[in-house]
Amino acid sequence: MDIQPVILWTDGLIFALLAGVLALAWSISRQEHLRAPWAAVGRRPMAMGAALVLGVFVAIGLLDSLHYREKLADSPVDKPQYSVEVLSVFDALVGDLRTRNEKTYSAPLAMHLYAKEFVDRDGQAVREYPRLQYGGAHLRDATERRPDIVRRSAIALTQGLAASLLLFGVLAAWQARRAKLSLGEWLTRWGEGRLGWPGRTLVCMATLLLILAGVLMHLAAGYHVFGTDKVGQDVLYITLKSIRTGLVIGTLTTLVTLPLAISLGIAAGYFRGWVDDVIQYVYTVLNSIPGVLLIAAAVLIVQGYIESHPELFDNAAARADVRLLALCLIMGMTSWTGLARLLRGEALKLSTLDYVDAARAFGVSHTRILSRHIFPNVFHLVLIAIVLDFSGLVLAEAVLSYVGVGVDPSMHSWGNMINGARLELAREPTVWWQLGAAFTFMFTLVLAANLFADGVRDAFDPRREGGR
Amino acid sequence: MSHLLQVDQLIVEIGAVRIVDGVSFHIAAGETYALLGESGCGKSMTALSLMRLLPDGGRISAGSVRLDGENILTLPESAMRRVRGGGLAMVFQEPMLALNPVIKVGDQIAEALGLHQGLRGQPMTDAARALLDAVGVPDAARRLDSYPFELSGGLRQRVMIAMALAGQPKLLIADEPTTALDVTIQAQVLDVLRHLRAERRMGMLLITHDLGVVAENADRVGVMYAGELVEEGARADFFATPQHPYSRMLFDALPRPGDGGRLTTIPGQVPRLDEALHGCRFAPRCPFAIARCRLESPQWQAINGQRVRCHLAGSLPPRTAHAAGVHAIPAQTEQALLQVDGLKVHFPIRRGLIQRTIGHVRAVDDVSLSIQPGRTLALVGESGCGKTTVGKALLRLIEPTAGTVALAGETLGAHNVPTLRRQMQMVFQDPFSSLNPRMRVADILLEGMDALQIGAASARRDAVVQLLQQVGLPDDAGGRYPHAFSGGQRQRIAIARALAVAPRLLICDEPTSALDVSVQAQILNLLKDLQNRLGLAYLFITHNLAVVDYLAHAVAVMYLGRIVEHGAATDVLRAPRHPYTQALVSAVPRIDAQSGQSIIRLSGDQPSPLNPPAGCHFHPRCPHASEVCRQTYPDQTDLGGGHWVRCHWVAGQV
Repeated sequence: MDIQPVILWTDGLIFALLAGVLALAWSISRQEHLRAPWAAVGRRPMAMGAALVLGVFVAIGLLDSLHYREKLADSPVDKPQYSVEVLSVFDALVGDLRTRNEKTYSAPLAMHLYAKEFVDRDGQAVREYPRLQYGGAHLRDATERRPDIVRRSAIALTQGLAASLLLFGVLAAWQARRAKLSLGEWLTRWGEGRLGWPGRTLVCMATLLLILAGVLMHLAAGYHVFGTDKVGQDVLYITLKSIRTGLVIGTLTTLVTLPLAISLGIAAGYFRGWVDDVIQYVYTVLNSIPGVLLIAAAVLIVQGYIESHPELFDNAAARADVRLLALCLIMGMTSWTGLARLLRGEALKLSTLDYVDAARAFGVSHTRILSRHIFPNVFHLVLIAIVLDFSGLVLAEAVLSYVGVGVDPSMHSWGNMINGARLELAREPTVWWQLGAAFTFMFTLVLAANLFADGVRDAFDPRREGGR
Repeated sequence: MSHLLQVDQLIVEIGAVRIVDGVSFHIAAGETYALLGESGCGKSMTALSLMRLLPDGGRISAGSVRLDGENILTLPESAMRRVRGGGLAMVFQEPMLALNPVIKVGDQIAEALGLHQGLRGQPMTDAARALLDAVGVPDAARRLDSYPFELSGGLRQRVMIAMALAGQPKLLIADEPTTALDVTIQAQVLDVLRHLRAERRMGMLLITHDLGVVAENADRVGVMYAGELVEEGARADFFATPQHPYSRMLFDALPRPGDGGRLTTIPGQVPRLDEALHGCRFAPRCPFAIARCRLESPQWQAINGQRVRCHLAGSLPPRTAHAAGVHAIPAQTEQALLQVDGLKVHFPIRRGLIQRTIGHVRAVDDVSLSIQPGRTLALVGESGCGKTTVGKALLRLIEPTAGTVALAGETLGAHNVPTLRRQMQMVFQDPFSSLNPRMRVADILLEGMDALQIGAASARRDAVVQLLQQVGLPDDAGGRYPHAFSGGQRQRIAIARALAVAPRLLICDEPTSALDVSVQAQILNLLKDLQNRLGLAYLFITHNLAVVDYLAHAVAVMYLGRIVEHGAATDVLRAPRHPYTQALVSAVPRIDAQSGQSIIRLSGDQPSPLNPPAGCHFHPRCPHASEVCRQTYPDQTDLGGGHWVRCHWVAGQV
């Protein structure tokens, strides 16, 4: 099968960001005073458990960022033609989860549609709950459903446990060898939590995740685990696809925020005088405009631009992507003020310290003082701000999409899911699973991000040093 | 005999670290017990554990504290609240931090009065005013309605003392009560404490690192080292014959007036308490240590009324009286290295929407100085008199408003600032804020050379090693970060940084005031060595007159932005003529208290430089002020030998 790789704007930026983070991690690992707080984060069970969950989300998001287009089956050999539909590696991995669409709503793990329809049976029109096309299609009648679900769950549980045991065995053998211990001795240490890293938490967390993944996979093979939505799409698939949107908003927005916040914040604090006045006026003005209004205006402008220039975008995915990028940009433009204000205060304090005076006494240039004396000493604040802001931005996306000024309606996102579920909540009986699935995933991601942020803040905040 | 406070085998731990290890002492009613020691030896922790106010993670793991026979360590927390303030009260070091800035002073005192004496309404206000009167706050009735920021440091510390007294405590714990204050204010506050103790028959636990304060205030002295009490005795005995080698070295490390010789330093540093400690804790730094000291922890031994924990107690050689070294005065040269004329630094005060200038803070107002090559000029004054601003203005870290600065005959302006920066460098007060924690020591030292383009880039690395040797640091220090070094070592790094560009003049801004006595001696020795070796000139900015006496050739005394007296060090410090200098010199607590000279008490505080008094700035506090002082600023009165003062009273005598 021939494919044509597609690099969307956000894909490029995400992988650039990943490269940047890896480079930063490499440089941090080479400097002892920068490494120490991260090592402290690594010793916190809560933070590391949360990091593992975050890692799963990030992995899904990254897989979902490798886009391509399939070659059409009937395209001529010398002039290949590609499908207009942009897929990702993640789509390929989940297989037919994407394509197994029902007619309309169905409840989680159901084998019938959610609403009665006229069905033609033996030439007679009967009003009943029609069978689903895919969900539970392998069952003969409703009595087999429950035993089948239990059987699949049990298999998933054993397989998950087996996989985690295998993984743990490999880890134990490798770690014991590295530490030059016998396997038994390493296991005792692990059991008593004397490894220097939170081994028990990580192993339990990994086991839990593996079992969950196993259950989801086994059930998803025969059912719609979270049901289907209005047009019959699998909600589990939509929810998983929404992870990427959330991550993009959370990270790329920060990428826009940082240069503004750092340069303006530090400049205001260090140079003072009229520079400080100008920057302060700018962010005071920006802060006094309601954020939603500004974002709505900007998104509408971008929307208009996209619609009047259809020739610039070769497919729907590219259009939605540009709108997502525009949303990141505008959210970044409106949210740098908080960090800038924090950095201004810190730079004000630092610029009166003696080592800055000492550098000035040598005639060291402003750029050098800023880059060598001020920036490294406010860097911990930047880090704390990034991890704390992340969860806020994910939630902000949901709110904006709900209001209708967020991402493109065709793009999978938790905000759009909630928006879609809004009207159905009033229905009797309620369609709750769309909202439930979005809520569960968003909650897990934000909780993990917040717990991790807590760990990072505790490790980097100098006031908390020693007081544990 | 029952004592007011009896502490037995007190052990305090934070985490696994024993920060106070088996401390026992007692205090009688009306007695002052001084706990003496360097920073980090457990003095403050001892005091906090008496109040049961240990920081998070700290706990008292053994021992007993009896106040009037009642063991307060076993009391429930509810009963302990009665003891705090009622039985024991504490005065903290930093008056700026110990008062709540948004509550009126009167209300803060009233809170304590209401809690411990159950007073309400008018009697409470009266009691609060009486307390402020008792601690010598002038115009007490009006001060009750002031907020803490309206008071000066000395007044705040008195308010703190008044609050501590509100519960009528039996024992007052004063934790470095005067360390943050100027000498003249320190003298006032110590006076108040002495007076109150005698009047109310309180016991007092005085925690300090200053031998002078101990000499003038304590009845008995305990010396702490690394969490242990190592020596105890009556004040007179302790000062006449200190028994422990550590106590002796503390005395020897004090700068001696008019003696240019080397100071005794205590090598090494206080051991880290989280390491396993064997034997005597002082053994690694002790010049007399024998094999037994390293193996066996010494027990208490009594020597004529003194107690000491040392294997060699009583058998140590008698202390040798120091031969007064000769002040090596380099030959006077005609041309001054630094010549400052009419230096002024005024900070505009801006108000309102368009930032109109409504006045000036005259931080430095017409200062003239000159320093000869290879000599030291000390600039002395209380905090806020503008001495640091002079130093920064010379380096153009603050742009001077007026005046000329000439270095080696060349007048400095904006065009030749790089030249100036090669010749003149600064050493800062606080070695913890003067080194960037994110830079390696080698990079810190290279910074100046890189910025001023000194030497070939390849030669600079070698220069770093040389610099480190010069200030007595190991060669591998360059690769480490500042946090790996102690305060004294950091100050050495700061000195090396200044020396990196081979200056001829170093401006030292209180380089030893953040350091312990023994470390101060190391730095003073180093500065002296460097001066002899490299022919450096120093502008030494300080408020510590003992250091001035030891190091300086000439002294300039500053008051409120102006120099009021100037002359050779021996003239100014031995025979001060200006009333302010006289008060300053007499207020310094001395360890040889027998000299019997009465301390000249100055009333009040230094006025704000925003609105200096008309005429002579000193007249509101001056005991000799006359009508002319209130009207005109005095001219320079020459007393011969380069010694001059600005005082109408002295001018009238000459």
